[in-house]
Amino acid sequence: MAEGSIATASPGAPPATDEATFFGFTRPQAAAFLALVVIVLASPFVVYPFFLMKLLCFALFACAFNLLIGYVGLLSFGHAAYFGMGAYVSGYAAKAWGVTPEVAILLGAATGALLGIPFGWLAIRRTGIYFAMITLALAQMVYFFCVQAPFTGGEDGIQAIPRGHLFGIFDLSSDFAMYWVVAGVFLGGFLLIHRVVHSPFGQVLKAIRDNEPRAISLGYRTDDYKLMAFVLSAGLAGLAGAVKALAMRIATLTDVLWTMSGEVVLMSLVGGLGTIFGPVAGAAAIVTMQTYLAEFGAWVLVIQGVIFIAAVLAFRRGIVGEIGNLLRVKL
Amino acid sequence: MSDTILETEGMTKEFRGFVAVSDVRLQVKRGTIHGLIGPNGAGKTTCFNLLTKFLPVTRGKISYEGRDITNLKPADIARLGLVRSFQISAVFPHLTVLENVRLALQRARGNSFDFWRPESLLKQYDSRAMELLEDVGLTGYARHNAGELPYGRKRALEIATTLALEPTMMLLDEPTAGMTHDDVDRIVTLVKRVAAGRTVLLVEHNLKVVEGLCDTITVLARGAVLAQGDYATVSRNPEVQAAYLGTDPGIAGSTQHG
Repeated sequence: MAEGSIATASPGAPPATDEATFFGFTRPQAAAFLALVVIVLASPFVVYPFFLMKLLCFALFACAFNLLIGYVGLLSFGHAAYFGMGAYVSGYAAKAWGVTPEVAILLGAATGALLGIPFGWLAIRRTGIYFAMITLALAQMVYFFCVQAPFTGGEDGIQAIPRGHLFGIFDLSSDFAMYWVVAGVFLGGFLLIHRVVHSPFGQVLKAIRDNEPRAISLGYRTDDYKLMAFVLSAGLAGLAGAVKALAMRIATLTDVLWTMSGEVVLMSLVGGLGTIFGPVAGAAAIVTMQTYLAEFGAWVLVIQGVIFIAAVLAFRRGIVGEIGNLLRVKL
Repeated sequence: MSDTILETEGMTKEFRGFVAVSDVRLQVKRGTIHGLIGPNGAGKTTCFNLLTKFLPVTRGKISYEGRDITNLKPADIARLGLVRSFQISAVFPHLTVLENVRLALQRARGNSFDFWRPESLLKQYDSRAMELLEDVGLTGYARHNAGELPYGRKRALEIATTLALEPTMMLLDEPTAGMTHDDVDRIVTLVKRVAAGRTVLLVEHNLKVVEGLCDTITVLARGAVLAQGDYATVSRNPEVQAAYLGTDPGIAGSTQHG
């Protein structure tokens, strides 16, 4: 059986080259990224900036979530906790303390990351469905905390959050001005996640996803890596929530509700798990649907449900995954 | 330096009352190839998991290089130079063959928590990784995903990855399981070669492999040590013959796979 032998070395041609062009992007990824930048820069001249801001915030949120599920193989069902708390803290800081927007955003991101430390520490002890359940339970605790705590404004949430002046200089009160902050944070976050995935650290994450016992037997303390990835993901989710609070000028219980955790799963799944561009495409699809189908009221949920089922049944790789598969490239 | 590198005393593992491994006393001499054999369900793999801390012991003590390692974590055992393989082929299927080996080399950097640095930093390990791949005849596969390799080559990759850690002692769990005759011979040659200057503890079902390879053999049956010694001694032991004949007829001699 020549196939199973070890010494004969006559492998076929290696698969398509994965040589990086810049910033760890392969050639097709670089092209896709440039297209993304162009779209981000051009679209506010065509589409309502307010809608675009919402889209980009959710896109960043989905990218943060995908870092865990796509590259470590951990399905969090409680990412709303970090997103929502990031939104509350940045909104509260901007409104009650009058801090500048960049400080409010950093506080929101830090809140997500800090919350991710104990939650992640608890959750990574388990995998699969148990991991998902623990993250969900912890997120529900955060939800009830937000219902009770006075600073969240209970059912009303924090409304009319002032965007203030960036660095105390640039007035962000117009949607058009705020859009560039959101776009900057989104692109920065996107690049950071891409770098994480393509770093020495990311290499270990992928190894853990593929075969954790083997990674342990090579001497990697895998729990430390998983926790680090969890905290990064939670921090980025907090960042997305913080920016969203300033852009939408509102932080409410919806942001910490479990349906928000479900929505980010849906976005990543529809876009393509474990692809770098998938969550962006998925978020764009879902947010666009929610906005432009809003007139159908509760039917939006039904439509989303149908799309979810279709995604799972027919195009399991997601939008970007399927495109990548058609073009035989990794996106 | 003591003559014994790995030693267990009274090593016992119970699962809810079922005694999988009972009072095992094992002494592995430095620089030897030590075989751990026994019929199905004898507790070989459990022993392996206990030694590498993938399972905690119920009772007993394990020491390595004179140091008590009974309560260490599995990753820390690996850092001491005691590296294991797995019964099922243990590669990272979605990483390339080169990346598989590099992951072991990368660990030498300490902890790789630098998520802000580019992956290209790891290119410094490429030449060493290629040397290791050449050693096991996998050079041409370096850029393929490990998951695409045929079974025998996966095992070869696994050994290359293990070797990258420069282990003092290797624990191989059935390295020839599920292999064709040709592959078995190649793996035996490979193990012999890599065992130079190292200690190897090997779980094996295939007696032909053990005969040609091991200096000392410990026979397990129902979780306990039945016999210990070189191949000739062990294979003549009537208890061993009975244990093998009782559960797995035809292997009492050295005749499996001819």
